[in-house]
Amino acid sequence: MTARAKVVEKPVMGIAEALADVPDGATVLVGGFGGAGSPIELVHALIDQGARDLTVVNNNAGNGDVGLAALIRERRVRKMICSFPRSANPKAFTELYLKGEIELEVVPQGTLAERIRAGGAGIPAFYTPASVGTPLAEGKEVRTFDGRDYVMEHWIRADYALVKAETADRAGNLLYNMSARNFGPVMCMAAQTTVVQVRNVLEPGAIDPEAVVTPGIFVDRIVQVANPAQEELLFAEGAVYP
Amino acid sequence: MSTETVTRLSRAQMAWRAAQDIADGTYANLGIGIPEQVAQFVPEGRQVTYHTENGVLGFGERPPQGEEDYDLVNAGKKPVTLLPGASFFHHADSFAMIRGGHIDVAILGAFQVAPNGDLANWRAGDDAVPAVGGAMDLVVGAKSVWVITSHVTRTGEHKLIERCTYPLTGVGVVSRIFTDVAVIHVQDGRFVLKEMVPGMTIERLQEMTGAPLVTEGEVGTLSPPTVG
Repeated sequence: MTARAKVVEKPVMGIAEALADVPDGATVLVGGFGGAGSPIELVHALIDQGARDLTVVNNNAGNGDVGLAALIRERRVRKMICSFPRSANPKAFTELYLKGEIELEVVPQGTLAERIRAGGAGIPAFYTPASVGTPLAEGKEVRTFDGRDYVMEHWIRADYALVKAETADRAGNLLYNMSARNFGPVMCMAAQTTVVQVRNVLEPGAIDPEAVVTPGIFVDRIVQVANPAQEELLFAEGAVYP
Repeated sequence: MSTETVTRLSRAQMAWRAAQDIADGTYANLGIGIPEQVAQFVPEGRQVTYHTENGVLGFGERPPQGEEDYDLVNAGKKPVTLLPGASFFHHADSFAMIRGGHIDVAILGAFQVAPNGDLANWRAGDDAVPAVGGAMDLVVGAKSVWVITSHVTRTGEHKLIERCTYPLTGVGVVSRIFTDVAVIHVQDGRFVLKEMVPGMTIERLQEMTGAPLVTEGEVGTLSPPTVG
């Protein structure tokens, strides 16, 4: 290693610029568990950007009239892949679903996380005991290992991941805030293009390498949102986007 | 069926009774609703670490009003606090803890439970939007799966039945059931009656139960203190 060697730096971009190339029909991983870790500003920028016919992967399916719920209400989502399409106010999703105007793939939460992790780790399929003997295992391969049945599940790989973290350095290394971490680290791994919104952007070296949660190799674009909205608080205010 | 002469446990008392069975040194995952209340009633002096599938070990009480932080929530998306020794982790690690057999007990609600341990608790029909959350992972992964439920539905229909008719959450997973009138262990494909509320008879409890109840030794009295 020469003294001149430097780590790769990731572009810090404007929010519109960071999502400008999302095409219609893209598969998009959206971080968050309810409002914790929900990248509201990125999702609103995606609404502004106009891409349609999206397949969206998130633990839930939106709450109220902001964020993912607003994206769904604006009919940009063809299919939701999630574990729990309910919330305090899931009406945006529920209304379209009951009319047959949005597809739903319900996945056990741990299977969802592992499918995304597998996508990022280059593992096309794996076996899990979750859902064996239930309607969610119908049509899937079941194999017995050491006397117990497991169902085969496939990886999820996406075109984009939209993830909220707390702090990035310019190398793309990420720190999260408490339980807002949830799906962020695995989603960063599983997309062709990972866009993170962070409160703070620091110089390389400002984050202790021992403390890095998501290494920068999994991050492609950084957007600084210094004062991010919190979905629950927007919901409580009755906020509507756009 | 009439049950006017027996006192049923309140939701908090059902949670209290389940809490008495949590051993010292347990890692526990408590489902949304009544199971969440179990944490309030674990006997003092027992060390219990609570796991929530959205990535926290070692969370504590709800914060005082005005101090909620919605980046620190439990699986029900309710704000919580942290105890000394808490940790954060991502979702795939959280479910590795669950599926990998590192969680000692998961306590959940139920629509139906059968003597073979089958549990139905995620979908009661075809009309609603299906939503499973982490239940299917928890029931196959936790070392023990306990259920807290009313013994019968509001309209008096059996919830403890020979075979679940609703879509299953897991096959052969439940080991204990804490109801508002009884404590039942699920053993070798049978409902083994352990405790019932004062005034209840086995005959009457059998009427409220859609599969045979068996006894092994003495049936204890289910009589929690006034709590909650």
